[in-house]
Amino acid sequence: MPNPTESPAVEVVELQLETDRLRVIGVPRRRVDARAKVTGQTRYADDIFLPRMAYCKLLRSPHPHARIQKIDSSRALAHPGVYLVLTGKDLPIEYGIIPVSQDEQALCLDHVRHVGDPVAAVVAREELTALEALDLIDVEYEILTTVSDPEEALATPEPRIHDYGEEGNIHKRVNLEFGNVDEGFAEADEIFEDFFFYQGNTHLPIEQHASVAIKDPEGKLTIWSSTQTPHYLHRALAKVLEMSPAHIRVIATPNGGGFGGKSDPFNHEIVVAKAALMLDRPVKIGLTREEVFYCHRGRHPVLMRFKTGVKKDGTITGMHLQTLIDGGAYGSYGVASTFYTGALQTTSYHVPRYHFQACRAFTNKPPCGPKRGHGTVQPRFGQEIQLDKIAEKLKLDPAELRLRIAEAPNAVTANFLELGTVGLRECIRRVVKISSWNEKFRKLPEGRGVGLACSAYLTGAGLPIYWNAMPHSGVQLKLDRGGGITIFCGATEIGQGSDDVLAAIVAEVLGVTTFDIRIYTGDTDLGPVDLGSYSSRVTLMAGNAAMQAAERAKAMLTEAVGARLDVPKERLRFADQRVFDSAAPEKGVTFHEAVCLAEARFGTVGTVGSYTPPRSPAQFKGGGVGPSPTYSYSAAVVEVTVNPVTGWINVPKIWIAHDIGRALNPALARGQVEGSVYMGLGEALMEEQEFRRLPKRLSHALVHKFPSILEYKSPTSLDMPEIVVELVEEPDPHGPFGAKEVGQGPLLPIMPAVANAVYDAVGVRVDEVPITPEKIVKALAEKKAGRAPRFGPTYFPDVDWPEPLRVPPPWEGGDGRAVNEVRRSSSQRKEKVLRT
Amino acid sequence: MATAPAESQKTARIKITLNGEETDVSFAPYKTLLEVLREDLGHTGTKHGCELGECGACAVLLDGKPVLSCLLLAWECDGCSITTIEGLGSNGRLHPLQSAFANLGAAQCGYCTPGILLTAKALLDENPHPSRDQIREALSGNLCRCTGYLQIFEAVEAAMVQIAEWKKPGA
Repeated sequence: MPNPTESPAVEVVELQLETDRLRVIGVPRRRVDARAKVTGQTRYADDIFLPRMAYCKLLRSPHPHARIQKIDSSRALAHPGVYLVLTGKDLPIEYGIIPVSQDEQALCLDHVRHVGDPVAAVVAREELTALEALDLIDVEYEILTTVSDPEEALATPEPRIHDYGEEGNIHKRVNLEFGNVDEGFAEADEIFEDFFFYQGNTHLPIEQHASVAIKDPEGKLTIWSSTQTPHYLHRALAKVLEMSPAHIRVIATPNGGGFGGKSDPFNHEIVVAKAALMLDRPVKIGLTREEVFYCHRGRHPVLMRFKTGVKKDGTITGMHLQTLIDGGAYGSYGVASTFYTGALQTTSYHVPRYHFQACRAFTNKPPCGPKRGHGTVQPRFGQEIQLDKIAEKLKLDPAELRLRIAEAPNAVTANFLELGTVGLRECIRRVVKISSWNEKFRKLPEGRGVGLACSAYLTGAGLPIYWNAMPHSGVQLKLDRGGGITIFCGATEIGQGSDDVLAAIVAEVLGVTTFDIRIYTGDTDLGPVDLGSYSSRVTLMAGNAAMQAAERAKAMLTEAVGARLDVPKERLRFADQRVFDSAAPEKGVTFHEAVCLAEARFGTVGTVGSYTPPRSPAQFKGGGVGPSPTYSYSAAVVEVTVNPVTGWINVPKIWIAHDIGRALNPALARGQVEGSVYMGLGEALMEEQEFRRLPKRLSHALVHKFPSILEYKSPTSLDMPEIVVELVEEPDPHGPFGAKEVGQGPLLPIMPAVANAVYDAVGVRVDEVPITPEKIVKALAEKKAGRAPRFGPTYFPDVDWPEPLRVPPPWEGGDGRAVNEVRRSSSQRKEKVLRT
Repeated sequence: MATAPAESQKTARIKITLNGEETDVSFAPYKTLLEVLREDLGHTGTKHGCELGECGACAVLLDGKPVLSCLLLAWECDGCSITTIEGLGSNGRLHPLQSAFANLGAAQCGYCTPGILLTAKALLDENPHPSRDQIREALSGNLCRCTGYLQIFEAVEAAMVQIAEWKKPGA
């Protein structure tokens, strides 16, 4: 058991690297796909135009909750230019991203659950014609009672939005106990109980979702789509269309931004696939911006209660976290999201006893799902603000408190997460230094303040979404006698630079440049499976697979060149497009010649690589969410100015340190950090996916308050503060060249750091996001009136929690299993998998 | 199945100079410049994110000025000169803005990039030495969800230096 009161120096893991010979890794470079992007040649899904292509539009429900009594599409079908009208009976098989939540239909058969749920599809020669024909479809609805938020869901078990889930309109409840928290609270000198609310928000990728499907010349299905997860779309299509996956090709086109919003298999993708197969012509759909808002799958609104016991020195003795989650109308990733609202609380600070309870409710709003930081963002907001309150009460500096309680490298946490390198302390020290924290905190004039917060994030989900024993990532490498190298991999380029990661790793190993490499990714026909661009998994998982394939190719070339030059294999080096004797560098062959020698010796030169994450010790039910090969860490300081009269907030500067393990391409790594900070700042200050009820005379529907880019406020170039980025590079043995994630983690500390800075500036707590001037003014009024100087929720509703699963932590002799769990046999589990 | 309009709808016709090339195009009269560029002229480098003039992804240059092509009917552009991303480089070489964006990480997903590059070109054409605040102001109508804008500002500044080098006498 690590002793949290000590502050051991960050353990430096020695990686077996000859750093002096890295020529690609760690060098800021133009990414491999940059030229295509700056010349407008990147082909996104909507840029595909094919001969005879027809256009699809979806008729969407205007009601948040209703039974479909009758659909008559005869008038639409008779409209000139209309080829096809599809309804729910054409695609009745249910699907969904998570095996236990197969609750969506591509077109609703008899039940609509949110405004925007699709009920029919029109395919026509022109997009405008399809749009006109939507008005000619007659649908009769029986309006049902709607549920607008989780508290209403708890109070309204009937009518049920779904006929599965725990009971009533509760989708999922979790109750996990890692040690006895009451004992922890009994040991505590101070106990803190705080309530927080995190409003939902959405991804807002600038590219609207689009798909084009064809029946290919052989009669099989091909679909190009703006998806982050071509493999999961592949599976959903096979299921709903009742086709062999071998006859379906999914091509994930480069995404014009994803952020998690293109990770579910979508109804529109299934609809155009079906239509293309029926019509034997290409069918395209492009969603409008309003439709993208209603597709959503974004950040869950979460109400939280944190009860934390601490010793006078800051040591945490126990933590009890409760989360109430607004799931929207479908399961989506929700089961995973629910576990994620409590999974990572133990990864940054040592928590010896931890009790986590979560409840996700169905509501009649667009489904929530994974957005950058998936489910961990909301509780991180609460935890880091509560730490700020704890530090103040204990008269400790917030940075010092965190340095004291930071978790140790390679620790196993109370909930059995195995950590890798932990650069948290180094991140804190660096950000304190570069921000001049010690000269600013509680020392700036009224109206100006600084706030600090930290975070941790997964470097890839340790378990796949559906149970299987196969690798999470595969790479095939082809070397041709022209000296060319081609990478085939299912990884999906969503802007994060995954193609560049693959190219950089292979180029480094084989001693060439990234320009010497061709890359085919995101295509289920061409490349081996990669599970997708989610959970910050690609750099580590696809990267390790690429590394293995490249090392295997290198071994073949080494043997062939060694034999030709009569040089011992261990003396050969690969660099600058040559293979040469390290003892006599002029003695060597070109890379091109090396490939020819290998082909002559072995035949066609091709290799494969794959990656499967290590098995997690968390073997209790629900332990599948949270494990990762290793975790990234971040610490941020935000400076704000707050007008004490208007509440107007300005953020002039942000400092952030991120423990990335190693930056494969520092230019892109910095871009990921800055982009995360930007998105976090949007969530902190303005972004919200909010719904309102139309008046009773106008159907009383729950509609999106502002389904447009103009009204859904996000930061512009004028809103961006100066950002100072420090990359903490402490190579992690799990990552390729030591790399950990960078795409999501740096978002997490921003929102709580803003909240803590507001408190430093004007002495009021805004315990919810977005932190708006209006809320600050209200909190200031409370302060002036002598009441608690805060704005935020004040209670957590009663939830009928199930019996907790009791999992003794490692230091209490636990083995990662619950002592009171009835375990399914492996044959039962396999049967379940086959059914889904 | 009923017969459809399609080709017969192409009743509007304009002549424009597209990326320096005389271009004659027929199209359905309700179409925006954005739609005609992408659908009737095959210039898919121009993107769209809202079709309501909110995101800036569809920005092109109309007689050298940045406009949102989703807010213009194509027939309004008769006789105009239009520059799209396909026409930003010349003689097989990238424009300094394109090189700088590529080298400095200013394009992540790349979807907002064409609109931002053209807006930045219009800025540098008018003001060869903009301050950081002037760059911010000029790009404030172009949303980018990936970068946080900072690498974009840096790329515009790097291109500004590069262009100034080119313009030096004897360069």
